[in-house]
Amino acid sequence: MIGYLLRRVLTAIPVMGAVALFVFLLLRLTPGDPAAVLAGDNASPEHLAHIRASLGLDEPLYVQFFTWINHLLHADLGVSLISNVPVLSMIGDRVEPSIAIALFTIIVAIVVAVPLGVIAAWQHGTWIDRCVMGLSVLGFSVPGFVLGYVLIQLFAIDLRWLPVQGFKSLSGGFGPFLERMILPTMTLSFVYVALIARMTRAAMLDVLGDDYIRTARAKGISETAVLLRHGLRNAAVPVITVIGSGFALLISGVVVVESVFNLPGIGRLTVDAVLARDYPVIQAMILLTSLIYVSVNLLVDVAYTLLDPRIRY
Amino acid sequence: MSTDTLPQSSLPITGLLRPRLGFLAATPIIAVATVCLLLIIAMSIFAPWLAPHDPVLMVPSQRLKPPSAEFLLGTDGFGRDLLSRVVYGGRVSLLIGLGAAALATGVGLVIGLISGFFKWVDAVLMRLMDGVMAIPSILLAIAVVSLSGASVMTVLVAITIPEIPRVARLVRSVVLSARGEPYVEAAISIGSSLPKIMWRHLMPNTVAPLIVQATYVCAYAILTEAVLSFLGTGISPETPTWGNIIAGGRAYFQIKPSLIFWPGLLLSLSILSINLIGDAARDALDPRMKRREGAK
Repeated sequence: MIGYLLRRVLTAIPVMGAVALFVFLLLRLTPGDPAAVLAGDNASPEHLAHIRASLGLDEPLYVQFFTWINHLLHADLGVSLISNVPVLSMIGDRVEPSIAIALFTIIVAIVVAVPLGVIAAWQHGTWIDRCVMGLSVLGFSVPGFVLGYVLIQLFAIDLRWLPVQGFKSLSGGFGPFLERMILPTMTLSFVYVALIARMTRAAMLDVLGDDYIRTARAKGISETAVLLRHGLRNAAVPVITVIGSGFALLISGVVVVESVFNLPGIGRLTVDAVLARDYPVIQAMILLTSLIYVSVNLLVDVAYTLLDPRIRY
Repeated sequence: MSTDTLPQSSLPITGLLRPRLGFLAATPIIAVATVCLLLIIAMSIFAPWLAPHDPVLMVPSQRLKPPSAEFLLGTDGFGRDLLSRVVYGGRVSLLIGLGAAALATGVGLVIGLISGFFKWVDAVLMRLMDGVMAIPSILLAIAVVSLSGASVMTVLVAITIPEIPRVARLVRSVVLSARGEPYVEAAISIGSSLPKIMWRHLMPNTVAPLIVQATYVCAYAILTEAVLSFLGTGISPETPTWGNIIAGGRAYFQIKPSLIFWPGLLLSLSILSINLIGDAARDALDPRMKRREGAK
């Protein structure tokens, strides 16, 4: 198991290497002088020189790359071109709302989607199944920002049940914090519910046709036990996989939802950095989110071996 | 012996598809989705004739007007006619959707064929693809756009890049499983040229899954373009797109939600129709995928 874990971590290294190379080349291969691209059209010569020095753009390409990697490996993500604040501390200041929505969304999505998928598979072909599948296609199709505004209109403006936008830190009390998390979580979990419910249904349908399910039913075990103990446990691997691969969707969703609900998270930080062409922040965010994605999927792979004793490496 | 007499893969590509477009009317919902999409396409093509006003003409005296006989859906914060903007907005969305589907499918097909056929480049190409796939697509797209400026072309490229690995992996998996088939081995053993093996024997296997994948890429590209425009990192508001109409309406959504509602509705309807057609295409063209999704 430990050997497998080590091997799996080792395979993640070239992937992160490819991400780093991509991020590095993205700026350098953009046509024109990278410093001029970042500074915009009306930049002063001092500002251009500052950007060049800050990113080491005068060095040969390979020197730039290895200096940069060396800094990254020492957790030095560089300094913002706009505010001169270290990027890592900028991210640290803004991470709370983002982690909060992501966590709430995963929890809500799993709690809602897995039962929906199980019920849809169990009631395969009935109107319940069709409703769940319809809801799932809808989840993929309605953009998060459109749904977000519909929910704001409904629950915040018409019904006045919840605040429209904004964020209160958890340190200011759980009530105000939770109140402002409900709509963002609902918005973001819709697409995630769609994804997980669809996969749960498909995986359950695969499993429910198997012989051991018939055997279990023939033994007279209750239907709940058949579905959960014999069905869901065997359908768990694809469901866990899609939770992992859906993480990219979640990260993209956080960026959008933070904009809709005016949450001061790292998604908003990224968008602001893009609008200001603050490249150190942009590249740090790409690296960080990719690292999170790769790590989550690594955990998913490890979870396979725990969930399914047949999988041995 | 000519390779032409080998079974299965010798079907011309068009022959694989011609009899099967019937799936577009398979169920009432799919038929509605098809009609809906055709209407939106027609609306975009004929926008100059359908739009009652110039979509970019700002009339400061007519700001945020409610719906009236002159402005059927009212006006936006700059006094531009909302209906005209929404009608024109579909042009960019559909262009980017179709463009991204074509581009991602084309590039992904080439990478996938090479990767599936030549083991020595496979490892390198697939690690690169893994790297691109690990970057959340919207972050990747906004980074590309932020550096190269937001025109229709750069947005199209920025949206296409993250979609390529998915297509490449799909093609690769099809090629890998087809490579071991007797007809491919036979073609190799009688010395068919490599382009011929790829074109005649491997390509036709990829057509059905690629068409299905292309519909999803199309839907996702339309969504991503709207997200980019919404975040303010996409195409500038002088070219109306559903995304930037919504972005423009954000400031007024408490007093005039229709600025978000109408473009949002058309955007959602387009994506929904394409997704439904994609699902129907998958069921009709690719029975293997249908089984995997669990339909009995």
